[in-house]
Formats: sequence, C-alpha cells, structure tokens
Amino acid sequence: MAMDINQQHRFKTRIGAALRHITLFIAMSIICIPGLWIVLNSFRPTVDIMAKPPVWVPRGLNLDNYRAMFGGAGEGGVPVVQYFTNSLIISVTSTVIAILIGMAGGYAFARYRFRGKSAIFIGLLLTRAVPGVALSLPLFIVMAKTGLIDTHVGLIMVYVAMNVPFTIWLIDGFFRQVPPDLAEAAEIDGCTRWQAFWKVEFPVAKSGVASAGIFAFLTSWNEYALASQLTRSTFSKTMPVGLRDFTSEFTINWGGMCALAVLMIIPALILTFLVQKHLIAGLTFGGVKG
Amino acid sequence: MAQVLLENVTKNYGKLEVVHGISLDIAHNEFVVLVGPSGCGKSTTLRMIAGLEEISAGDISIGGQIVNDMPPRDRNISMVFQNYALYPHMTVRENLGFSLQIAGKPPAEIARAVGEAAGILSLDDYLDRKPSELSGGQRQRVAMGRAIVRHPDVFLFDEPLSNLDAKLRAQMRVEIKKLHQKIQTTVIYVTHDQVEAMTLADRIVIMRDGNVEQQGTPNEVFERPVNTFVATFIGSPPMNLLPGRVTGGALVFARGFTVPVPHNFAELVAEGQEIVLGFRADNMMPEGHALNMDEASPAIEMAVIVSEPLGTETLLYTELAGQEVQAKMLKPRPVADGEVLTFHLDLAQCHLFDAKTQNNLR
Ligand SMILES: Nc1ncnc2c1ncn2[C@@H]1O[C@H](COP(=O)(O)OP(=O)(O)O)[C@@H](O)[C@H]1O
Ligand SMILES: [Mg+2]
Repeated sequence: MAMDINQQHRFKTRIGAALRHITLFIAMSIICIPGLWIVLNSFRPTVDIMAKPPVWVPRGLNLDNYRAMFGGAGEGGVPVVQYFTNSLIISVTSTVIAILIGMAGGYAFARYRFRGKSAIFIGLLLTRAVPGVALSLPLFIVMAKTGLIDTHVGLIMVYVAMNVPFTIWLIDGFFRQVPPDLAEAAEIDGCTRWQAFWKVEFPVAKSGVASAGIFAFLTSWNEYALASQLTRSTFSKTMPVGLRDFTSEFTINWGGMCALAVLMIIPALILTFLVQKHLIAGLTFGGVKG
Repeated sequence: MAQVLLENVTKNYGKLEVVHGISLDIAHNEFVVLVGPSGCGKSTTLRMIAGLEEISAGDISIGGQIVNDMPPRDRNISMVFQNYALYPHMTVRENLGFSLQIAGKPPAEIARAVGEAAGILSLDDYLDRKPSELSGGQRQRVAMGRAIVRHPDVFLFDEPLSNLDAKLRAQMRVEIKKLHQKIQTTVIYVTHDQVEAMTLADRIVIMRDGNVEQQGTPNEVFERPVNTFVATFIGSPPMNLLPGRVTGGALVFARGFTVPVPHNFAELVAEGQEIVLGFRADNMMPEGHALNMDEASPAIEMAVIVSEPLGTETLLYTELAGQEVQAKMLKPRPVADGEVLTFHLDLAQCHLFDAKTQNNLR
C-alpha cells in the first residue's frame, strides 16, 4: 500500500518534470525560432526563403548573400563596414557617456538627500513613458536647425538622453545595496571621499554598472526609429538603418537583409557573453553584505 | 598619547536635537563604554568622534588637538562597525592592509604589519579568503584586525558584538579585553548591552535620550546609581522598585507593607515624602539561603510564583506590596511554585529615590 503511494508520487513528480520541460521548450522555441530563421535565411537563396510551404530542413546553403553584401554597389552590395563602424562609434560613445552620467546620478540618488529628490527621480522615469517615435519630428527639427542631422554627435546625444534615465535608475539601485558603512570604513582607513568611491564602492557595485552598460549599449545598437529619421548617408547610418538598403521599389532582398542582421547580432551576442558573469552577478546583486 | 575630550558636543538633525551637549574626558589608554537603550545617541556621539557626522555645536579634541572640522582620515582613529563593513571584494589580507596601502607604505612593511595583526587575532589561516567565506566570529576578528594594523590613537567600536550569538559574544568579549591589554590604546566602545559595559569598561557612561545620566567605574554605577533609570538599566535582573511614602519614620507601601527607613537615608527623607525603594534580587533572600545581612533585616513571608534555577543560584519571582519582585536564593534547593518562604530584605543595601525626580536621595 505504502509502496503504491510512493510510486504514485514518483509518477506525478515525473509527469510534472516532463510538463515543465515541454513548456520550457515551447517558450524557448517562440523566443529562438525567429533568430534561427534569420540565420538560416542568410545562407540560402530567396527561392528557398519565400517557398510555400516553408522549407525547414536546409538544403544547399551558401555564402552568396554575404558575398553580395560585401560586393560592389552594382551587385547588391552595401557599405557594411561603414555602417558597422558608425554603429560601433555611436553605441560605444553614447554608452560610455550614459554610464558616467548614470554613475554620478545614481550615486547621488542612492547616497545623498536633497531637495526635490523624489520629484526628479519620478521625472526621470516619466521620460521613459514617452514613446521615442513621438519625439522624432521635434528632434528632427532641432537637429536640422543645429546642423546635427546625419552626424555621429547628433545620434550620440539622442541615445545618451534615451539611456541616462535608465542607467541612473539601475545604478541607483545597485549603489543602494552597497552598505554606506563600507565607504565610511574606507574614509576612516585613510581614504578621501573620492578614493573611498573608486577603491571600495565602485568595485563592489561594478557588476551592476556593467549590466546597466549592456542595456544601454543594446538599446543604442538596436535602435531604428529615431536613427532612420536622423541619418541620411553612409556617413552616419547605423546597421539597423542599413537594413533598409535591401528594399527597393519592387523587391526586398530578404537574404541580404538577414545576412546584415546576423552581422548585427554577433557583436551583441559576443558582448553579452563576455560580461555575462557580471550580468548575472549584477542582476542577482545583494551578496555583498560581507 | 591620545586623550579624547568632548565639550558640550551637540548634534541636530534639522530641528531635531538628538545629542544635547555632552561632555566627556577620556584619558589615554582608558576603555570607556557608552551604554544606553537603542536610539539614545550613542552611535551619533561615536560617529562625531570619528568625524563621520558633523558636530552641530561644542568641541571635540583628540590628543590635545581640536578635530571639529578634520576629516576622519586625519584623526588617526580606527573603527569597528556593527556589520563589520569588511570590503567584500578584497581578501582578508587586503582588508587588513588597506589602510597602510592607502597611506603609501612599502609592501614589505604592509606584509609585516598584516602578519602581526593576523597573529594577534589568529587569522593566519584565513588571509586569502574573501569575507563572504568567513563565519561571523571570523569576520568580527578581521574587522578588529583592520582596526589595529595601523596603531591608531583611538579605537572606536559601535556595537561590534551584537550580530554574534550569545556564546561567541561572551568569547569575543574576553578577546577584546585581552586585545586592549596587549595594545594599550584609548578605546571608546558603544553598546546597548549592560553586561558588555560592565565586563569591558574602565569607565561606563550611561546615556539616555541624548544626555549622559551617569559615568563611573562599573562598580560605582552598580553600587551607587544616581537615579532609577541607571538602577534598572545596570545589573541583571534589574533592580526592584517599590513606590511608597515616608510615614512616621517608616516606609509604607501598598497593601500595608512597611519597613523602617534605612540608616543611610535616615537624615535624607522628610515626613510624608513620596519615595521609591530600590533593591536588587541579591538583597532579598530566603532564610537559610542568604549571605550575612548587616542590619536587622525585616522578615517577609511571600509565596514564590515562579522559580528560575540557574545552577549556583535560583531566581525567585514573588509578589511584594502588589508588585512582582525578584529575589535570589543562594545554595539553591528545588522550590515548588506557590511555596511560601520567609525572605529577608537587606536594608543596608537598599536605595531610596525621590518619586518625583527619580534621583537617588544619597
Ligand atoms: N540621519 C538621521 N536623521 C535624523 N535622525 C537621526 C539620524 N540618525 C540618527 N537619528 C536619530 O538620532 C537618535 C540617536 O540615534 P543613534 O545615535 O543611532 O542611537 P543609538 O546608537 O544610541 O541607538 C535616534 O533617535 C535616531 O532616530
Ligand atoms: Mg547605534
């Protein structure tokens, strides 16, 4: 009898585990299939991409799309290297600036009491509630008047503005979790306020800062709506905007688009992979109460 | 040489004054304990000495130099925090050596000083661990080690033992005492635990609501509490307090309980005065289980409500003049609940407080 109940219980546990795996598999499929589809399509001709019913099992993969993309302008080439460089310059610069401002602001919010603190904080968060596209026209006008259309500086400024509220908010949270007596101990140990920050508080919170950096970088790297308005030429076009080069009046070069998309995904993946240790540490912060 | 001097030191947070003009004179090598209930301003006072809080008024000097506006790093002090405040990203070795590294000392000297501190606190085996890999007691020792490596003029402790369990706390208490014997330095130690205060201090400073109530050696504050607050705060169990009135040369309490005015206080009370009689459990003992009592001690029949055997003695909870009081039984024997015993009250050891001011009449 007891045996029966035990077996029954074990059976139920196994069913539960199986169900969990199936659910997880479905969820992961929904998340991953579009990405895999893009990678797959970048390696095959338009005929296969557009085939109905869809061709799932790859056949005859080749590098034609990549070759064409890096090729001359006549045979479907696009200035990939230039776009990549633009994206890199704009994303890295805006991320670095957003992180520096985010650290200064986040630290101030976490450590100091000042007038209007919560109002400013809520104001910062409210800026995130405004859809970016709604700003595209005003931004376009401002940028046009100041001659910042089609420049790196223009986009960098926009992305800094977009990311700063978020980095401040995130980094504030991380500094809040660093006990204030660490900096006090450092001051008593002979540090100036500045040294106490860089030698103790920053190293303790740096995983959090790194994760804020990743988010800021990915936001800039993937942004399309504003970039498409504020850039014109190869001089400043970023990769997401570059994707549009594959559409012409009557056709869309899906294969080429997918190939460029893959090039866009790779650096993001590499970066995420490199800092994933920090990312996880940052997102599961709180283990600092030495 | 570092004498620490506080003169009328006051602290305001906005309009709220939390420390009201405290004056202290702490001698070189003295071990002073600030003790008082939570929120009485002990930490604030300590942090003002450390330079972590600005002082609102008054003067603080360390080693004869006014330090009112001096940043912590220039005061040559060390502090042990309640939560230890170890640097989580550094190993124990780096934690210990941090202050010397900041001071720009050569690596060889740092290594020697760290080795010395680790030796004193038996931390040699843990030098390469991170704080997160240490037990509470070990972290506590690292925090103390970090404080001693630089041979400060003054050691500050803020409730350093309150995160440890009772056994470890007792052990660390002894270690701190030994440490003070080894490295002669002025110590200012904050705690809310009167046992820590009594066992560690050369001098106890008892604080309440931002004021100093009394200061003196552990013996002085125990034997001669200036008011009922100190009387109940210091000593365990707390002193029994019975409110009553001086009537016809005797003290009369509720339910008609009457004792003669103790000799020490005979001159100090007036007829009709409202008073509070204070006596410790040690001064009320059952017949045959007491020390010798000097004065003709009144005998009182009382039923034991609850008894707490502690091994060498037993605490007896009984009711006197309508109030629960605690008595002590030496050379204990089992006591049944409700058992009626004859107790003797040692009047020579009693205290009389004025009912209005709560101050000791002596
Ligand atoms: N930053 C602050 N702002 C306002 N009030 C404070 C601040 N820090 C402490 N206090 C108040 O000062 C009083 C004394 O605090 P503290 O010195 O920490 O007490 P203790 O260490 O004796 O428990 C408390 O009533 C506390 O609420
Ligand atoms: Mg405190």
